[in-house]
Amino acid sequence: MQFTFLLEQVVNGLVLGGYYLLLALGLSLIFSVGGIVNLAHGAFYAVGAYVALEVGQRLGFGAGVLISPVVVGLLGIAFERLLLRRFYTADPILSLLVTFGLAMVAEQAIRMAWGAAPLSSNMPPEFKGNVMLGEFLFSRYRLFLLGVVFIVMSALWLLLHKTSFGRVVRAGVQRPDMVAVLGIRLQPYMTAIVVLGVATAALGGALFGPITIVHPAMGTEIMTVAFVVVVIGGLGSFWGVVLAALLVGVVRGVTIHFAPAAGEASMYVLMFLVLMFRPRGLLGERIERFE
Amino acid sequence: MQDTKDEFARVAAATAGRRGLLKAGAALAGLSTLGYPGVLRAQAEKIKIGHLVPLTGFLGALGEYSVMGIKMATDEINAAGGVMGRQLDVMSEDSVNPQVASSKAQRMIERDGVAVLMGEINSASALTISQVAARNKMLFMSVGARSDALRNKDCNRYTFHVDIPVTVMVNAAGQALLREGLVRGKRIYSLTADYLFGHDLSKAAKRFFAANGGEQIGDELVATDVTDFSPYLLKIRQAKPDLVATNLAGNQVTNFVKQYAEFGLPYAIAGFNLNTADAWAAGEGNLSGIWPTVWHHELQTPGSRAFTAAFIKRHGKPPENHAWIEYVSLKILAQAMNETKSTDTEKLIAYFESEAQFDLLKARKGYFRSWDHQLMQEAYPFTVKPKGQARDKWDFLKFGEAVPAANQPLELLAPVKAESTCKM
Repeated sequence: MQFTFLLEQVVNGLVLGGYYLLLALGLSLIFSVGGIVNLAHGAFYAVGAYVALEVGQRLGFGAGVLISPVVVGLLGIAFERLLLRRFYTADPILSLLVTFGLAMVAEQAIRMAWGAAPLSSNMPPEFKGNVMLGEFLFSRYRLFLLGVVFIVMSALWLLLHKTSFGRVVRAGVQRPDMVAVLGIRLQPYMTAIVVLGVATAALGGALFGPITIVHPAMGTEIMTVAFVVVVIGGLGSFWGVVLAALLVGVVRGVTIHFAPAAGEASMYVLMFLVLMFRPRGLLGERIERFE
Repeated sequence: MQDTKDEFARVAAATAGRRGLLKAGAALAGLSTLGYPGVLRAQAEKIKIGHLVPLTGFLGALGEYSVMGIKMATDEINAAGGVMGRQLDVMSEDSVNPQVASSKAQRMIERDGVAVLMGEINSASALTISQVAARNKMLFMSVGARSDALRNKDCNRYTFHVDIPVTVMVNAAGQALLREGLVRGKRIYSLTADYLFGHDLSKAAKRFFAANGGEQIGDELVATDVTDFSPYLLKIRQAKPDLVATNLAGNQVTNFVKQYAEFGLPYAIAGFNLNTADAWAAGEGNLSGIWPTVWHHELQTPGSRAFTAAFIKRHGKPPENHAWIEYVSLKILAQAMNETKSTDTEKLIAYFESEAQFDLLKARKGYFRSWDHQLMQEAYPFTVKPKGQARDKWDFLKFGEAVPAANQPLELLAPVKAESTCKM
């Protein structure tokens, strides 16, 4: 019986990891291609949740989840064109400061627009409740969430590995100079990557809003976990981030099973251990220009 | 040898380079501790009051209501001619965390020359401010902090406590739980917020269950920044309790009850801390169970009705209990200053300790007990209306009768002197 309970925590951790993945993958992509640590990534997640809530109240839950990433993706275009683009070759500390500042401005803007009080975001009633698969209890909504994450991740993987777009992006991660020599401008690709990154973050916000609460600091809260996942997974590796996200979810669940009070600390311990033995992260590639 | 050196240099550079930057980024992302700058308006004539509440973090949503409440009281008092003919100048700032709260309090005393400190929701921050107040011999009205320890072993003669202590919250909801038959002979599982307030609440709850024949089968600590409760929900399912009794705080409660509804667990749920704002944020259909509150916007006394109507007119939404408590706290302070014709700390303390009566917009007036500086007042249990009865998104809560009941003494549910270790 004890073993079943443990296994239940493992499976539940995988579901949670899937959600971390929505945030971490975009963060990792933007860093790998542009060399920019986007500290404002959480802000797009929060804006995504608020937009989904606003749209959802008018047009229904499904419309909110679909429209929110599109709106935030458009914001992403402006973000990349007006701001990020100026910092690809600049001292990295500048982009760090700019995105950190933007995150604070965004949080305060949300507070001014929607108020500090958390907003109630509801899932459609048909998603509420649990499903029993054998011995395991699942939240119906989280199973749906897992399905969405699976579809989005498959689509992203195909895009990055099976299309010419993906080949350019992956080449750009390793040797931007060579890509340039071949006569390919990386800038439109970078815009596309930022749009993809912030749109998946917004999707995360839209989907997770009904589970937690929608409030101005939600972006800041999630960023810490997203960073831990990226650092553990390693840069430039799709599967590294996937593995790390699932691992963080599972380790947290299992820790809470045995020692609940240590639940939140567990992922930092995990990060510490991984960095001790693999400073580049679990599956991190050696990216020459960052060494 | 040279090769090894080069290898070291390469590794060091790699660590200090962009990868190091990523780690710095992670560290920065964890830095959510930047608060609001304060707004200073220096005028010699005004009575300055230093007001600290959390405006960010897991209690930030409550702090916003606090500021609304105290602003409303300030405007009313000033419009009516101020206190002793002097206008009040309330400086509201984000207290952020216990360390920042303490240094801001010190700065307000030394540099801004405030006459009184007030505010706070976070019990740990209230503790550090109260220590600053005691060192500087300055009055501190601890408005919204509920930890028992503050009025017990950590009490001091410069600090007065407006909000109900956790013992009262446990007893208020506990009476309702007893009536529902959810305590005696029942297996009870708890989740507790891992900081001063939660620990205190857990202690009081355990005392209550032990005294009333409930069996505590589990009590787990939960960090204040937890947003996903699914692993805890699975643990609860394994434990199969009769009652889930939460000692959580702020956003934790909202997240927990929402996810409890999401997972559709069948066990009865209750808790000893839920602010109206947290309940509203959970929303209709997500909240269930029995909870205590210090005040609610549907209280049918003339004072509360007038306050609620004025607040709705001003902000377009009903007041939360923190708006009310800040509002009455400033009114209490203004009354004390008017009566003593002074802003002198010693005179104000003497006035409060005389157990003077204050209008709290409730059926009965309240007073500060002289020996632990705790305001004695009514509390209310609440639960949720049956589905479909709510008029709007604020209206799904169903509030019970005041406790202690009208024919019982106000001190009935409060901590007793014999058990207190408070020494002024």
